Amino acid sequence: MEEKELICVNCPMGCRVRVQLEGNTVISVTGNQCPRGKKYAEQESICPMRILTSTVTVENGQHRVLPVITSAEIPLSMMEDAMKEIRKVSVRAPITMDQVIIHDLLGTGADVIASRSMAER
Amino acid sequence: MRHYQAVIIGGGSAGLSAAVTLKENGIEDILVLEKDAEAGGILQQCIHNGFGLQTFKEQLSGPAYAERFIRKAEELNVSVLCGTMVTGLNDRREVTYVNPEEGYVTVSADVVILAVGCYERSRGAVEIPGERPAGIYTAGQAQRYLNIDGYLTGKNVFILGSGDIGLIMARRMTLEGAKVYGVAELMPYSNGLPRNIKQCLEDFGIPLYLSHTVTHVYGKDRLERIEVSKVGKDLKPIPGTEMYFDVDTLLLSVGLIPENHLADEAGILMDVRTKGPVVDDNYMTSVPGIFACGNGLHVHDLVDFVTLEAARSALGAVRWLKGTQTADKVYKASAGQGVSYVVPGRINASCDHRVDFFFRVRQNFETAQITMKSGDKVLRTLKKKKLMPSVMEQLPLTEKMLGELEGDITIEVTEA
Ligand SMILES: Cc1cc2nc3c(=O)[nH]c(=O)nc-3n(C[C@H](O)[C@H](O)[C@H](O)COP(=O)(O)OP(=O)(O)OC[C@H]3O[C@@H](n4cnc5c(N)ncnc54)[C@H](O)[C@@H]3O)c2cc1C
Ligand code: SF4
Repeated sequence: MEEKELICVNCPMGCRVRVQLEGNTVISVTGNQCPRGKKYAEQESICPMRILTSTVTVENGQHRVLPVITSAEIPLSMMEDAMKEIRKVSVRAPITMDQVIIHDLLGTGADVIASRSMAER
Repeated sequence: MRHYQAVIIGGGSAGLSAAVTLKENGIEDILVLEKDAEAGGILQQCIHNGFGLQTFKEQLSGPAYAERFIRKAEELNVSVLCGTMVTGLNDRREVTYVNPEEGYVTVSADVVILAVGCYERSRGAVEIPGERPAGIYTAGQAQRYLNIDGYLTGKNVFILGSGDIGLIMARRMTLEGAKVYGVAELMPYSNGLPRNIKQCLEDFGIPLYLSHTVTHVYGKDRLERIEVSKVGKDLKPIPGTEMYFDVDTLLLSVGLIPENHLADEAGILMDVRTKGPVVDDNYMTSVPGIFACGNGLHVHDLVDFVTLEAARSALGAVRWLKGTQTADKVYKASAGQGVSYVVPGRINASCDHRVDFFFRVRQNFETAQITMKSGDKVLRTLKKKKLMPSVMEQLPLTEKMLGELEGDITIEVTEA
């Protein structure tokens, strides 16, 4: 059995949460002061998930790059590969906020979407 | 001279929120002046998520939060003049601005709201010995270059100061393929939010050197190397602890200060603690009819609080315009033991509405005992877990408590 200590980042309380693991199965979670902490600790100790934000090149736009964000969390372990995909992309203005820039990023089910609208230059 | 009911200086989240609230309260003739080419302020370069948890109940990116407010302002027909720099303000509420279309223009207003944001402390303010090579930026400058102009300032990076912008840039530059060697923090604790320490440093194995500082920079034209030393309790470098990093970029994330030259020019009384104007329960400065809010008043870490505060300042302006309050007697509100500042700093004795104080503690508290006093009388005490300087706290002065005021107000915090 393995034991991990995590700091829950869901609120400023920053509880120290202890997780007991058997392989990839969570046996117990202690130290959390609310259910959110339990959920977080379970996910975090098996497969940490994060929102990824970045920029893509935009042609003919007000600025040279367009900020983008994943529509859902993706595994932390995939960040490098996700960035490779994002770097390949170039879009043309005009863009509207929430427009899908990459559909189903690397099979995660999350889209990469535009963080803002961008007018043509 | 063109006269407006209200002129708002700055079109960031504070300026936009103030404008929207004024419109919603029947103040129609408003002008927002913004020096950038577009509204939104600092939010436009903060492309990470984590904005608006309280206002919209979701975690938006900075630009998305800005866009929602820009749209709201557009729907209400707020006129925002972008590319327009305000160069002058006086105590008669005359505002001078300049833009390419109109040149220099002076307008006057019944109320002026300062929503000018803050600026970053730079190398001049931290004094690092050594040469003066290129490659040293404030974290916010590097953020703007990368997130708006699409330009990565360097490949091998070190960060001085553990403020949130520095932490966020550590992650952002790592994802963009740079190597971030570490973050040095002078104090024994970080100034950043715990969430950012975890998700921006630990996720990427970037070391945080607490009680460390940059003691020398080397490089002729471009930065080549830095020296980092451990500091003692007196915050002075300890000889023999030097470490060297070969980096081409040093980012400074060593603090934000309210932008205050317009307020100074208008002769507004400033608070030595916040470095912003002193305001009363209406968010009015010492100059009648000039109000202040957002990072130009005191530095905030959450945009939700900026939005809220700006709306309160707009309501204060509306109240003042209606003339429902007389400035007879004033109680000062100040920081007691364990507290670094309190905003607003003055409460009119005739104040008839609830006031929410914002304050910050000086150091970490495990279980804090918060006490609000008026003169010698204790108005309220409460216990709260985990207070830290990086997280702003709120404490209400209710209508009932207003009736019990006996003298100046202090907020103090001790370990329970
Ligand atoms: C880097 C960074 C990261 C942050 N991260 C988060 C986060 O993750 N979550 C969160 O909730 N909050 C975050 N915040 C806090 C929050 O977003 C900001 O505090 C808030 O947006 C500030 O709004 P503001 O309107 O007061 O200032 P600003 O956005 O700076 O707006 C001020 C505006 O005034 C204009 N201006 C200034 N002087 C003049 C002049 N003389 N003439 C004309 N215009 C002028 C400026 O151009 C600017 O547009 C972050 C802040 C920073 C700096
Ligand atoms: S466990 Fe609950 S209370 Fe503790 S930090 Fe997480 S969200 Fe906050």
